[in-house]
Amino acid sequence: MADKVLMKGNEAIAEAAIVAGCRHYFGYPITPQTEIAAYMAKRMPKIGGCFLQAESEIAAINMVYGVASTGKRVMTSSSSPGISLKGEGLSYLAGADLPALVVNVQRGGPGLGGIQPSQSDYFQATKAGGHGDFRMIVLAPASVQEMADLTVKGFELADKYRMTSMILADGTMGQMMEPVSLDFEVAPAAEKPWATTGTKMEREHNIVNSLFLVPEELEKSNFERYERYKYIEENECMWEEYLMEDADICIAAFGIAARVSKNAIVEARKQGIKVGLIRPITLWPFPTKAFAAAADKVSQFISVELSMGQMIEDVRLASGCKVPVTLCNRAGGMIPSPEQVLDAIIEAAKGGAK
Amino acid sequence: MFGKKRLTLFCGHYGSGKTNIAVNAAIALKKSYGNVALADLDIVNPYFRTKDSSELLKEQGIKLICSTYANSNVDIPALPQDMYAITDDKSLRCILDIGGDDRGALVLGRISDKIKEENDYEMLMVINSFRPLTRDTASTVEVLAEIETAAKMKFTGLVNNSNLGEETTAQDVLDSLSYAEEVSRATGLPVVATTVKTELLSELGGKVPNLFPLKLQEKIL
Repeated sequence: MADKVLMKGNEAIAEAAIVAGCRHYFGYPITPQTEIAAYMAKRMPKIGGCFLQAESEIAAINMVYGVASTGKRVMTSSSSPGISLKGEGLSYLAGADLPALVVNVQRGGPGLGGIQPSQSDYFQATKAGGHGDFRMIVLAPASVQEMADLTVKGFELADKYRMTSMILADGTMGQMMEPVSLDFEVAPAAEKPWATTGTKMEREHNIVNSLFLVPEELEKSNFERYERYKYIEENECMWEEYLMEDADICIAAFGIAARVSKNAIVEARKQGIKVGLIRPITLWPFPTKAFAAAADKVSQFISVELSMGQMIEDVRLASGCKVPVTLCNRAGGMIPSPEQVLDAIIEAAKGGAK
Repeated sequence: MFGKKRLTLFCGHYGSGKTNIAVNAAIALKKSYGNVALADLDIVNPYFRTKDSSELLKEQGIKLICSTYANSNVDIPALPQDMYAITDDKSLRCILDIGGDDRGALVLGRISDKIKEENDYEMLMVINSFRPLTRDTASTVEVLAEIETAAKMKFTGLVNNSNLGEETTAQDVLDSLSYAEEVSRATGLPVVATTVKTELLSELGGKVPNLFPLKLQEKIL
């Protein structure tokens, strides 16, 4: 029998987390990510793990804080409104330099919004996950296989840099089914000498805390953390380039928007329009270099998003505003059609090559 | 192949392929019967519902019994207002698409007495060996038993829908036959059909008993 299985994106995240050694899951049900919790509820008791449906999102993220303090791989998952509730906990995790995996299967907003897919939490994930100066590593899968791959990667990066990795997916990615291979090489867990595992009267106490009584020390911790962020920006950017070699027009899109865009690009190429795609896989660190390089070659960027235009700001910054960056979008739970993206490409092509 | 009885119920693990089979079965049934309905009693799944096929069903003259709120933002486990037509309108030949797992099958508890009293039904368990939680006989039988308890009804047969989506090969289907037979032996239930996407029909014809061709729902992404 083939070594692949047919999985929903949400299930792929859950099973990949288990493969990566995660044995603690805390969450609260919310559409369209509930399958992650449902899958964990079935699997965790069978493998000696802990599944706990918390009384709230806030409780769940603080349980994550607790387990992360002990150095164990731990995760929670939610969808947009639930992630807002977790904001305080995300900031505390950052302040205490704790590794954790947080999944956001986005739905339309703002407010209670709807349950259909969206990418309108880009700002929240990449710039303002909570109060204070901090970043999260933000990974944007565009297939069910990547939902699994980036979950494993997310745990590894979180451990390596002692910070939160967030999987930023959307309802379609969570619900769609595709074949997946779960045959991973998982890197051995990093040493965690800082973890609160009991001193056995053999070492000083480890203390996990985000409160600093002396402002100078709080400032120092911020400076040190941002040194680490700088290193990550230089070393951990991931992106995919599709048909960019001869492209006059560059589409910027991640996740489900990138899949729709690829279909439109294939159609546009049939009409003789040289268009390509840069798909950020890490949204933070943002693949600035890729867009900066493209800005010297293409005549226009089109940012395709399931939002009112959020990543477009990073595309403009990364490209140094050298060429126009336009938006092709739907919002509120709607997905741009390949035809809509194709029309945007045809419109851009009227401007001619650089 | 399906629809020998007035009511044909498709149940199974979520993501096993019930909705797709139900849509295809209703269309096939319409060739032999005038008054055909497809009842979507899924209270679990927010996306990818029979409602996605509502235009197609309308064209075919198949009545769709489905919650008004399916595919909307009303995120509640709602049942269709006209669901009693399934048991009360005896002139209907009806395919029932039941939500996944035991939680989805709970809705049957509400009409199971009437269905059993009329006793003109088939209740079929859709199985897929490529789904991670029903990969082997033991786990499949476990899910099957949970559904029977929740539904207050017993299965009458199995539908082998083992597939890897668009990547499914003829060999994958052939490999799955022993799995289906094993589940059949363990449960005493016959395999009433093996479903394959239409593209594999010519390759598998004659090699697999009771083949039922499936037209996959269109994918836009």
